[in-house]
Amino acid sequence: MGYKGLKKVDIIFDCANCEPLEVLKKALAMTPDQIIEQIISSGLRGRGGAGFPTGLKWKLAKAEKSDVKYVICNADEGEPGTFKDREILDVVPSKVLVGMAICAYAIGAKEGFVYLRNEYNFLLKDLNPLIEKFNKNIQNLGLDFTIKMFSGSGAYICGEESALFESMEGKRGEPRNKPPYPTKIGYNGKPTVINNVETLVYCTMIIRIGVEPFKKLGTSDSRGSKVFSISGDTTKAGIYELELGIGVDEFVKEFGNGDTKAVQIGGASGFCVPRKDFKNKIIGFEGVPTGGSMMIFNSSRSMYNVLKDYLEFFAEESCGQCTPCRVGTQQLLKGIEAIKRGEKPSSYLNQLLKLTETMKVASKCGLGQSVQNSFSSIVNNFREEMIY
Amino acid sequence: MSIINLTIDNKKVSIEKGQTILDAAKKVNVRIPTLCHHEDLCVAGNCRVCVVEVEGSKTLSASCAVPAEDGMVVKTNTPKVRNARKDIVALLVSEHNTQCTTCYRSMNCELQALSAEYNIDNNRYLSVLKPNIEIDRSSWSIEKDDSKCVRCQRCVRTCAELQHVNALTVSGKGKDMKISTFMDLPLNEAICTNCGQCVIHCPTGALTERRYFDRVWEAIGNEKKHVVINTAPSVRVAIGEMLGYPVGSRVTGKMVTSLKRLGVDSVLDTDFSADLTIVEEGYELLQRLRKALVENDTSIKLPMITSCSPGWVKFIEHIFPEHLGHLSTCKSPQQMFGALSKTYYAEKKGIDPKDIVSISIMPCAAKKFEANRPEMNDSGYRDIDAGLTTRELGHMINQAGLNFAELEDSEFDSIMGESTGAGAIFGATGGVMEAALRTAYELVTGRDVPFDNLNILPVRGMEGIKEAAIKLENCLPDWSFLEGVELKVAVAHGLINARKIMDQVAAGKSPYHFIEVMACPGGCIGGGGQPIPTNDEIRKKRAEAIYEEDMNMPVRKSHKNPEIIKIYKEFLKEPLGEVSHRLLHTSYKKRNHY
Repeated sequence: MGYKGLKKVDIIFDCANCEPLEVLKKALAMTPDQIIEQIISSGLRGRGGAGFPTGLKWKLAKAEKSDVKYVICNADEGEPGTFKDREILDVVPSKVLVGMAICAYAIGAKEGFVYLRNEYNFLLKDLNPLIEKFNKNIQNLGLDFTIKMFSGSGAYICGEESALFESMEGKRGEPRNKPPYPTKIGYNGKPTVINNVETLVYCTMIIRIGVEPFKKLGTSDSRGSKVFSISGDTTKAGIYELELGIGVDEFVKEFGNGDTKAVQIGGASGFCVPRKDFKNKIIGFEGVPTGGSMMIFNSSRSMYNVLKDYLEFFAEESCGQCTPCRVGTQQLLKGIEAIKRGEKPSSYLNQLLKLTETMKVASKCGLGQSVQNSFSSIVNNFREEMIY
Repeated sequence: MSIINLTIDNKKVSIEKGQTILDAAKKVNVRIPTLCHHEDLCVAGNCRVCVVEVEGSKTLSASCAVPAEDGMVVKTNTPKVRNARKDIVALLVSEHNTQCTTCYRSMNCELQALSAEYNIDNNRYLSVLKPNIEIDRSSWSIEKDDSKCVRCQRCVRTCAELQHVNALTVSGKGKDMKISTFMDLPLNEAICTNCGQCVIHCPTGALTERRYFDRVWEAIGNEKKHVVINTAPSVRVAIGEMLGYPVGSRVTGKMVTSLKRLGVDSVLDTDFSADLTIVEEGYELLQRLRKALVENDTSIKLPMITSCSPGWVKFIEHIFPEHLGHLSTCKSPQQMFGALSKTYYAEKKGIDPKDIVSISIMPCAAKKFEANRPEMNDSGYRDIDAGLTTRELGHMINQAGLNFAELEDSEFDSIMGESTGAGAIFGATGGVMEAALRTAYELVTGRDVPFDNLNILPVRGMEGIKEAAIKLENCLPDWSFLEGVELKVAVAHGLINARKIMDQVAAGKSPYHFIEVMACPGGCIGGGGQPIPTNDEIRKKRAEAIYEEDMNMPVRKSHKNPEIIKIYKEFLKEPLGEVSHRLLHTSYKKRNHY
């Protein structure tokens, strides 16, 4: 494991010498295959949380034979503790749009959408005119591509890519069965690349600065840097771009308030790292992956309350279609409450841990599959707090 | 189509690309349990009961939803699979009202069967059943009990895909997700057509028909009451399924005997009133053609569309209210029977109609609503006092302790018990059309319909929309205006197909003169009141039985039914006459469009 010290990076928000349209011109001078090759060799993995290799996603979409393809920017940022996409769209929106245009050119899409979380609609007053202008600019560059805004419909689950398509198609936001994957059958049944806001900016920046400066950051499995949303018991709450692969202890040293008991990495669907593991865990795909959410808890916090909070969130935000997730989330919540009240023996926690295993292997989408992450990492590390 | 090869539980399978793992497993007789899956419906993959292990995949795969792939290695019975399935069924049970002892679907419930199969411990998980769930009994036809819902969405898919009605939808998310209607309206205010397809596709007791058998028992037990029952053509080919017979068994004689043994005073035949419907409807069609073609009366609506399926009638009232003029004004056979049972029958038998209780046994949920339509009291009384489903009759036979298989055959009572093969085939899609053509063609030309053995094959079968054309030549003098006319007809079953037909009508582009529409896939043999399960294979077998019934009848044309001839002579006088208009015809009303 490539343990790294903490290193602040400035790629995403860096605007020096970066005229986004110039980057697009540079990309258009390359062939689509060259672009995809660069993104692949950069090692960039999706920054929404799941970490699918971005270049491969583009390559798969390019290989599909279809007159109609789509590029969708997933700006339905909903993971508890994540607020970096909002900042990116607020501060460097042009870089996001350029990323979409580069992708469109690479895969052969003519239409793109930004699926914006409903709560972020206040961004529209700036984004709408910007997109209008951008669409004209790229037409002038000879690229047949148009971006439209789509205001989301308010559910956490719509951030799941296939539920997002359903939502865009005017249906109930429920995840689809996979396969087929979006690169084959996505929005409107057409090949679609759907990337997180941050991922698209990295694509823009990889084209601008080249593969090497990006690649030399991070570790072999987690190339580059990442934007983190830092919150909780910290005096430095906010948005930071850090190199991937840093040790959790380094992170806590920088951002903790001296009494950090645990860090929840990756939001409600991520992992809880307790103090005893700070030293031997790194932040990255080979360690603890994250879509950016970093919640810091100090000793005054009840991890029971933290977990209960997450479970209430899941029981509410599950779409409700599949059994393991709909009923499982309710059982976990009711179960820890019953244990706390003494109505169930503490051994019932083991039954609940087994249940999360079923949810992990049998749920239809990532929501139900990842409930185990926070549940087992909190229960196993703070078992006493669950019971007493 | 390319063929792919995979392995399921060490058995090699070859299957067409595009089929699911579940399809492949069926091919090699590996049974995988399912719940949200139904042959009639699109893939949902949401109950997760059918999960299997696919080599190389970290998670389990829902076999109903994942396409089989070349070289796949599938295991359906590993510890991982068993544990997950058991957990999933236990979770479903934990949000279920487990009062199976008082459930109408007990012993015919897919969740109950799964729970038994996996030996579920009800204490494994806490109950997350919502307290105080109210049963929606607002509808005359359908009862909705959310405490028994497993959220498989079979009903929602049925309502959308088979019927294109979308009365049932999903609302809420997570723990609050439930099956609901637009704005959470009670079923009687929703756009529900009462077809009952949701009921026969529901795996549990969440959706059932409103039961009226207690009312019937009460009438039977009341010595002052004279109970007459009419049984629809498709009941006799399906009721056996509830009583130990294989699908497609014709048990007409035993059914009649069982009803007599229940204590019914007179067991009569809906096939009789089906024959009557054909005569009235046949004349109505010819009259419309005369007015349109000879008198150039532009107020006459063509094509004329059948009105014997009450689910269909309510559908058009909701969705195409501006085109109600296309509906035949003929009442359905049930309602013709009801009106006559308290007039003609009462008169002939010398019974005061107030003492007659007229019951129908129907393959249908919508017939309950139809019987309760306020205007259906032309006899001066409620024309039909209660409409029961095939399933309710099955329950009554069991409640009476009858050993159905041991019963001797017997004949329908008289009067209004005599029927023809034409009446019998009303039960299958295309049957009304075939019966109507047998009669109308002969009325117009004096000859048999030009099809081998009267079997009008183009209108039979399970294709969603069927068409036929018959050229009318050498017409009798009365009908000379039809000389050379090619009579074009169409048959649609399943409301999604009805909508296609109606879109054409609404656009003024319908090429037909006469259209038969049945709300349910397959027609009445696949009706919402039929035994559960019902699927394509079962519908086909029931339809075959119906056509056998037809072939075995001495008379196979409605207008040749001796009792029909008699009723016109003695009571109705003439088709579309004054008495007919009063008792046998009706009107329709516009309903809400949401």
